[in-house]
This record gives sequence, structure tokens and C-alpha cells, in this order.
Amino acid sequence: MATTVSESANVLSLPAPASPKAGGERVKARGEIAIVWSRFRRHQFALIGLGALLFMLLIATVAPLAPWGPNEIDRSITEPQYLSHGFAPPSAAHWFGTDELNRDLFSRLLWAGRISLAVGFLTVGIGATIGIVIGALAGFYGGWIDTVLMRITDLFLSFPFLPTLILISAMLHQYKFNADVTVVQVSTIVGVLALLGWMDTARLVRGQFLSLLNRDFVLAARALGADGRRIMLVHLIPNSLAPIIVAASLNVGGFIIAESAISFLGVGVSPPTASWGSMLADFQSYLRYSAVAVLLPGGAIFITVMAINFVGDGLRDALDPWLRNR
Amino acid sequence: MAVTLVLASVLLFGILNLAPGGPFDARIASAHIQDTSYLDRLNKMIGLDKPVHERYLIWVSGVLRGNLGESWTIARGQPVNTIIGSRLPNTVMLMTTGLLFSLLIAIVIGTISAVRQYSLLDNLFTAFSFFGISIPAFWFGLIMLKFFGLELKIFPVGGIYSVGHQDDLLDRLWHLILPMIVLSLLQVAQWSRFLRSSLLETLRQDYIRTARAKGQVERLVLFRHAFRNALIPLVTVIALAIPTLFGGAIFTETIFNWPGMGQLLIGAVGALDWPVAMGVVIITAALTIVANFVADIAYVVVDPRIRY
Repeated sequence: MATTVSESANVLSLPAPASPKAGGERVKARGEIAIVWSRFRRHQFALIGLGALLFMLLIATVAPLAPWGPNEIDRSITEPQYLSHGFAPPSAAHWFGTDELNRDLFSRLLWAGRISLAVGFLTVGIGATIGIVIGALAGFYGGWIDTVLMRITDLFLSFPFLPTLILISAMLHQYKFNADVTVVQVSTIVGVLALLGWMDTARLVRGQFLSLLNRDFVLAARALGADGRRIMLVHLIPNSLAPIIVAASLNVGGFIIAESAISFLGVGVSPPTASWGSMLADFQSYLRYSAVAVLLPGGAIFITVMAINFVGDGLRDALDPWLRNR
Repeated sequence: MAVTLVLASVLLFGILNLAPGGPFDARIASAHIQDTSYLDRLNKMIGLDKPVHERYLIWVSGVLRGNLGESWTIARGQPVNTIIGSRLPNTVMLMTTGLLFSLLIAIVIGTISAVRQYSLLDNLFTAFSFFGISIPAFWFGLIMLKFFGLELKIFPVGGIYSVGHQDDLLDRLWHLILPMIVLSLLQVAQWSRFLRSSLLETLRQDYIRTARAKGQVERLVLFRHAFRNALIPLVTVIALAIPTLFGGAIFTETIFNWPGMGQLLIGAVGALDWPVAMGVVIITAALTIVANFVADIAYVVVDPRIRY
């Protein structure tokens, strides 16, 4: 098994049949997506999850069409009890009623969804990129690069996730930036979450790389004179993509929960900007006035995360039948 | 391991000290005090006038001697050790009962699911575990508080005991139930799935077939033969869940006004009391490391097949 590049005799014989295969590969690549989709489709819950997720993305996209602005206060509500503590009941003007400041709950929910979903997907994008780069470098080059990068990974893993997240977010809250509040808040949260959430991807990619490095097709590519960058980008990363996608899709849900968690604790998204978590934080003090107001934002997080978990599960089954859990 | 902990503490300390100004800046500003010498005096009192590396050395030499420093704002001048010491028992009680409760429920659910695989009950439990891992713990807590505390008034809405009932054990248990359930949900969902697959795999082993072939009663096959091996991996899972459990305790304590470490952390962070916050995080980190260590040891103790 311990084949090395120097054993060029048997490796060199590979390229000849490999060239027609390259043409066939492209046809297969298109077919692969179809195969994955057909396997995914068989997973009933995954389809439901995909539907729910698309619905959530849709309502987050159309938030600007909502009847009220995210911070618009309805001053036409004059009944004394609603004037004093908000939470007017559902009506034609406010489909889900209003919140503690008589802002439209429905519209605010849509705007909050934008923030929550954006944080989830952006964080996974950035976190996965950091993880892929670090894992790829560590796995491909080995030696001291591997040692240093993996020690750094261990270092980040040794931080207790939630307390550290709270500490760093609280520290960043002290800064005042001269920019749009929402943009600043979203980018700091995405930054902190990505900083604390790339390690599992890095380990995954490194492991994949180590198991692929001695495969014949990689040795063949090396023998053909491909440089490290080409081997990584063309051969190793595409072949490690399945588990990366599965892990990333499941991470989206985790990051959405993490964002809502720190917003709930008051160090994430803060008023007047709303995310589902910060809405719950606001309603915490008004529990006795409204049940709907508590159920809705949490329900939105719950449905989104559940949908993402279903989709991730379906993707795992579809992309790699051997990863299937019992 | 020790190197990682030191590096982690340097990083955390450094990051926290990136924050502009000190804990008193906002108060001075809101009190409209123009005289900056007052602020300087306050900052000097808590040692903020020294450069960062010097402050770190002072702090870390204290930590190595078991002294986490002094609180800045939430209990000005009190040793962090005392503050944490007064909160630790509450968190430990919450976490221990939560852990035992989740373990009990998870074992029951996991066993039923594995023995009656694909039955209606198994499918229900599967749905429940998906529910459990997707639901945000703090939302679940708020719902429980709203319905069982505020609407039905079956359970108290927070705190660890009613006024004047400090020594009443039943009263304390009554206050413990809701937080314990909220803290356990995620663990039950994860562990029951884990135990189910572990038990299913064990039940497929040859020695189980042998036990059945020799005419052993099914109940004994399960509890005497399968259970012992199926529970082994759970030891690691439980030890590794301790940091998660502490994370859950932060929400549970915030929601149910439970005076523990998690609530302390949130309070300290809100008041920019970095020594207290750092103390809580360092203790959590140490707890995590100890838990990992215990997991390794416990694995060898419960599984005689493993010898190093």
C-alpha cells in the first residue's frame, strides 16, 4: 500500500487510459447531481425540510414588501392597556398583533428572519472556507505545517464555545462604529461565530486529504507533473466535497441557534435591529402579556433549524450512502 | 494540554483587553463628570493603568496560586473566588440533577427504541429527538415558564427557593424541576439516539446470539449481556457533554433566575467585570479538560478490554 511517487513505473502506465476517461468524467459529473437528487427525493423528511427552508428563505427575501417597516411604531393604537405595555391582539392591520412598543409583529418577524438566516448562511460560508484552507494545507503538506495548524485547531477547540462566544461578543459590543448598525452587528456576529466554528471542517478536510493522498488518481496526477495547487483544487477538494457539504449544511442550523442564543443573552443583535433571538430577549420581560409573541420567533428558529437538520440528513444519505447512520 | 490552556488564557485575556476603555467609562460619561482625573483614579484602583502584558502576568500569577483576582464592578473589591464559590454549588446542583435526569430518561427511551426498532414508539421517539436537537433551549425554557409557571402556576417562575423556605428541601426540589427539565431536553434527545444505535449494534453481536441460543431469557439477554457493552461508549459521551451542559445552564439560569455561574457570567459581562467573567470561563475550561481526562480514565475502568 505504501506507494510513493518514485514508483513511477506502474504509476506512469495510468495516464493512457485516463485521457478518454476525462471526457467521460464530465458526463458523469452531470449525472452525479441527478443521482444525488433522485436519492435525496426518496427521503421524505428531507423534501419537507427543503420546502420549509425555501419558504423561510422566501419570506426573508420579501421582507421589504411587509406592510410595516421593521421599527415602525403604530401610534394609532390608543386603548390604554395596549398603549402602556403593547401587545395589541391580532387584527386586520397587524396579523399577529404587535410587540411591546406596538410595532407590527408580522413585519418585524420577517425582517428578523433576514438577519437570522443571513448570519447562519454567511457564517457557514466563511467558517467552511477557513476550515477548508487550514485542513487542506495541514493535510496536503503534512510535517511541521500540519503540526502547527493542528495545534492551532486544538487551541480553538479548547475554548468552551458558548462562554467564549459571550465574552468576545460582549467585548465587541463596546466598540462604536460609524456605519449602519445592522451591518456592523451582523458582520461582527458572523466574524466571531466563524472564528469559533471552523475547526470541525478543518479536521474533516484534513482527514479526507490524508485518506485520498495515496490514492492512485492522486499519484497519477503527481506523476503527470501537476503541482500542489492543482492537485488540491482539481483532485482532492472535489473528492472531499460530500462530507464537507453535509457538515456545512448541518452547521447552518447550529449557527442560527448560536446567533439567537447570544442575541437572547443580550450580546448579539441588539435593539432596534431584530433577529429572532433578540425578539425573544425583548419578550422575556413581557411573558405574562402575550403567548403568541413568545411562540412566533422561537417557532421560526425551531422550524428553520429542524428543516435544515432534515435537509442535512437527506444530503448525507444522498451524497454518501456509507455515511448513513443506523 | 497545559500549554493549550495557557495559550487560551493569553488569547482570551488579550481579546478582552482590546475593549476600549474600562468598566467605569460609561458611568462617568452618564454622570456628566468632566474631571478625567476621577476616571483615572478609578482605573488605577483596578489596575487598568498598567500595560496589558503586566496585567496579564499579575492575573496569571494569581490564578496559578488559586486566586482569580478581584471583582471590578458587580461586587467591587470582593475576591472572584468568593463570588464564584457562592454560585458554584447552585450550578453544580442544577447540572448534576440535570445530568442524572437526562441519563435516566435517555436510557429508558434508548432501550425501548432499540428493542422495539421501527415500532410506533420508536418512530415517536425519533421524532422527539429531532425535536429536541432543533428546538432552541432558551425558547423551550420560556415556553415552560409561560405555561407551567405563569398560566397554570404549577411551578414557581424562578429562583431556588421561596422566601423564608431556605431549608425546605421539598420547596427547593419544586423550584428545581422546571430548570432541570429544560436543561435536560437536548441531552435526552442526543443520548437516547446514541444509546439506541449503540444497543442495536450490540444486539447484533455473536455473543448475544449465543446467549439466546443457550436459552437465556430475553430480559436477561438485554440487561445482563447487551446493556453492559452498550453503555460503555455512553461514558465518553457524558463526560464530553459537560461543557454543553454548562452552556445550557447559562440559559436555564438566565431564564429561571437561578443564581449560578451562568447567570454570574451574563451579569459580569453586562457590567464589564472582566475578572469575574474570566474566572467563570477559566473554571469552565478547566472543567472541560478534567472531564475529557475523566472520560479517558473511565473508559478504561468500565471496559476491561482496553489496556494501555
